[in-house]
Amino acid sequence: MEPNWVKPYGDTTNDGAMQLSFTLPVKNGGVAREAAKRLCESMNLENVQIVHQKDLGGGYTFFVVYGRCTQAVDISDIHVPEVQAPSWDMHQVNTIAHEKLGRKITVVGACTGTDAHTVGLDAILNMKGFHGNYGLERYSEFTVHNLGSQVPNETLVAKAIEVNADAILVSQVVTQKNIHLSNLTQLVDLLEAEGLRDSIILIAGGPRITHELAVELGYDAGFGPGTVPSEVASYLLKELLGRKGIMI
Amino acid sequence: MALKLRVDDKLIVRAREAAHRITGEVQGFIEQHTTTSTERAVVRLFGVEGKGLDDVPLPNLVVENIQDGGGLDKGASYWVCNAMARHSLSAQEVAQAVGHGKLDLIKVAQADEGRIRETAHLIAQETLDRITRNRQTRSGFINQWGERPAPWLYIIVATGNIYEDVIQAQNAARQGADVIAVIRSTAQSLLDYVPEGATTEGFAGTYATQENFRIMRRALDEVSEELGRYIRLTNYASGLCMPEIAALGAVERLDMMLSDSMYGILFRDINMKRTLVDQHFARMIQAQAGIIINTGEDNYLTTDDAYEAANTVLASQFINEQFAHRSGMTDELIGLGHAFEMDPRQEDGLLYEMADALLSRHCFPKAPLKYMPPTRHMTGNIFMGHIMDAMFNLTSVATNQHIHLIGVMTEAIHTPFLHDRALAIENARYVFGYARHFFEEFDLKKGGLIEKRANDVLQQSVDLLEHIEHVGLMTAIAEGTFGRVRRQPTGGKGLDGVVAKGPQHFNPFFDLILKGGAH
Repeated sequence: MEPNWVKPYGDTTNDGAMQLSFTLPVKNGGVAREAAKRLCESMNLENVQIVHQKDLGGGYTFFVVYGRCTQAVDISDIHVPEVQAPSWDMHQVNTIAHEKLGRKITVVGACTGTDAHTVGLDAILNMKGFHGNYGLERYSEFTVHNLGSQVPNETLVAKAIEVNADAILVSQVVTQKNIHLSNLTQLVDLLEAEGLRDSIILIAGGPRITHELAVELGYDAGFGPGTVPSEVASYLLKELLGRKGIMI
Repeated sequence: MALKLRVDDKLIVRAREAAHRITGEVQGFIEQHTTTSTERAVVRLFGVEGKGLDDVPLPNLVVENIQDGGGLDKGASYWVCNAMARHSLSAQEVAQAVGHGKLDLIKVAQADEGRIRETAHLIAQETLDRITRNRQTRSGFINQWGERPAPWLYIIVATGNIYEDVIQAQNAARQGADVIAVIRSTAQSLLDYVPEGATTEGFAGTYATQENFRIMRRALDEVSEELGRYIRLTNYASGLCMPEIAALGAVERLDMMLSDSMYGILFRDINMKRTLVDQHFARMIQAQAGIIINTGEDNYLTTDDAYEAANTVLASQFINEQFAHRSGMTDELIGLGHAFEMDPRQEDGLLYEMADALLSRHCFPKAPLKYMPPTRHMTGNIFMGHIMDAMFNLTSVATNQHIHLIGVMTEAIHTPFLHDRALAIENARYVFGYARHFFEEFDLKKGGLIEKRANDVLQQSVDLLEHIEHVGLMTAIAEGTFGRVRRQPTGGKGLDGVVAKGPQHFNPFFDLILKGGAH
C-alpha cells in the first residue's frame, strides 16, 4: 500500500501544531521556563513557545506550551482490530433475536474492583440508555442484571452462574496505577477456573478500553467511549447466533 | 441571599412534618438498640488506642470479648468501668489486658452498679471536656482570622499516603482551599475496624486513622497560621465504623465529616438497621464537637437522572435533617448535599440547576449546603469539562451555596494532578469573584420557569415523603426510592453487629449529652 504520512494539523497542512500542558518541580522563573523549553525540544518539538507559566506554590510551575511536531506517522501501516457487528437498532435486534435465537439473552454487568463510576455501564444497560439510544433493559429480548459499582469479580461470576448468563459486561472507568488491567485479567482467570470462559461472552468497556486491548486481555470484545447500547446488543446477538451456527 | 425564590411554603411545612414522622417511626428501634461499632466508639472515647493480639485494634478486642461473653446488651461502658473500678486500672490498661488475653471482662467480679456508672461518667466527662476545648480552639482561630464568604472551596486530596496528602493539602490551602477533605482508601467503609497508626498505602485514598487525623490536623494548623485563615479538615464517617470515626474526628478536631443517615445502606450495602443505629450516636458526638456533617444526596444523581429524580434529593435532605435534629444537631451543622448533574445537552439545564439549588437553599435557610460538581456527564474532553465546572461555579455563587466541592476537569480520568487542581481553583475563584453580587440585582420572574420547576419538585418531594411515611422508611429503601438502589432490612453487611439493649445498658455519653452535661 502507498505510504500515507500525516502530521498534526493546526491551520496549515503538515504544520505539526501541538499543545501541551504540564508541571515541573522547579520554582517559577527563568530556569523553569528554559527547562520546560528544553524538555519539549528533547521531545522532538520545534519552535517551542511557552505561552503560559504559573507558580503553583511549593516550588512547582505549570506550563502551557505550543510547538511543532517534527515527526510524522504512516497511517497506511496501521491495522486496528475493531468489533465486527451489524448496525441494527433496538427493534431489529428484538425481532432477529425473537425469530432466529428463539429465547431471551441474559446479561450481567458490573463495575468491578474498586471502581465506583457506573456512568458507562448505566449508559449501556439502564432503560434510558445513552445519546437517545435506549439501554439493554428496554430491549424485550434481553434480561439485564446490573450489579452496579465496586463489585468483586467473585460476586460477578457467582451471579453469572446463578442466572445462567450469556454475557458478562465489565466497565472500568477511573483507574490509578493501572489497577483496571489487573481487575480485568483476574476476571478472565476466575472464569477459566470455573470452566466458563468459552461458554460466556465476555465484554469490557470504558474510556481506556479498546477492542484490541480487550482481546489481548482475554475478552471477546472491547467497547470504548461513545459506544451506544445498540452496538453492544447487535454484537451480542450476532455472536450468539454465530455460536449456534447461524450466520446473518 | 442572592436570588429569592417564591414557592408554596405550606408545602415545605408538610415535607418537614412528614420527614419528622418518618424518622420518628424508626427512632424507637434506634434507641432500643446498640451496635458493636457504637460500643467501640465508647471505648475509643474512653481514650483507648493501639493494637492487641494479631494486630487487632484494642477497641475491637474489648467489644468482642464482651460480645463473646454475651454481655453486650449492657454496653461496653458497664464492663470496662467495672474492671476499672475493681482493679484500679485506666481504660487503656483494661483494654491492653483484654487485648493480650490476660483479662476476661465478663469474669471480673461485679462492682456496685452505682460505682460503675460514676466511674463511667467521670471519664466520659473528661473526653467531653476535651471535645469542648477543641470546639473552643476552633472558634478562637475563626474569631482571630475571620471567615471567608461562602461558597467555601472544598478540595480533595487522595494520594493514599498521609505524608503526600500533607504536601498536597498544604499546597491546596495556599492555592485557595478553605476546606481539605482527605479521601479514604477505597472500601475502608466496609472494614469493621479502624486501622491504627500513620499509613502510607491506600488505594485512591488514605486510611482514616486517629494518627492520620492528628498528622493532617497539625499540618493544616501550620498552614492556617501561615495564611492567616482557618483551614477546615474533613474526613468520612459513613461506613461500618461510622460512630468510631465520628468519635476520632471529635477528639482530633476535625471540622466536617461525611455523615449520612442512609448513604452506607444505599451505596455500600451496609445493613439498614446497623446504619440507622450507628448514625444516631455518630451525629450526637459530631454535634458536641461542632462538626459540620455533609450528607450524600448528590450520589443519587450518579445512579438516577438529575432532572427526573430531583425530588428524591430534596426528600432525602428533609429526612437527613430530621435524623440530625434527633441527634441534637443544630441547623448550622447540617451540611445537606446535592449536586449539579444534569445532562449538558439538555436545553435550559442551567435554569433547572438554578431552580433545584435555590429550592434546597430556600427549604434549609440556615444549613451550610454542600454542593457537588458534575461527575456523571464529565468525559475525557477536559476543555468541555472545564466549562461545565464554570457553570457549576456560577450556579453555586448565584444560589448562595456554602460548601463547594471543587469541580476538576479531569474528573473522569484520574485523581487530580497538581495543576488540574490549580486550574479548577482558578476557575472557581474567578467565577465567584466575577459574579459575586451580580444576582442581587435580579428578582426571579413571578410564575416563571424557575419558580415553576421549584414548585413542581417541591410538590413531588411532598408526595414522595408522604408515600415513604405511609410505607415506612425501611420499605421505601427496599423499593429503590433513593438512587434507584434497593436494599432489604435483613440484607447487607453488619447486621450481626446490631444488639438489643438490655435493661442495664448504659452509655455515659448519651446520658451526659442528653442532660446537657457536656457544656
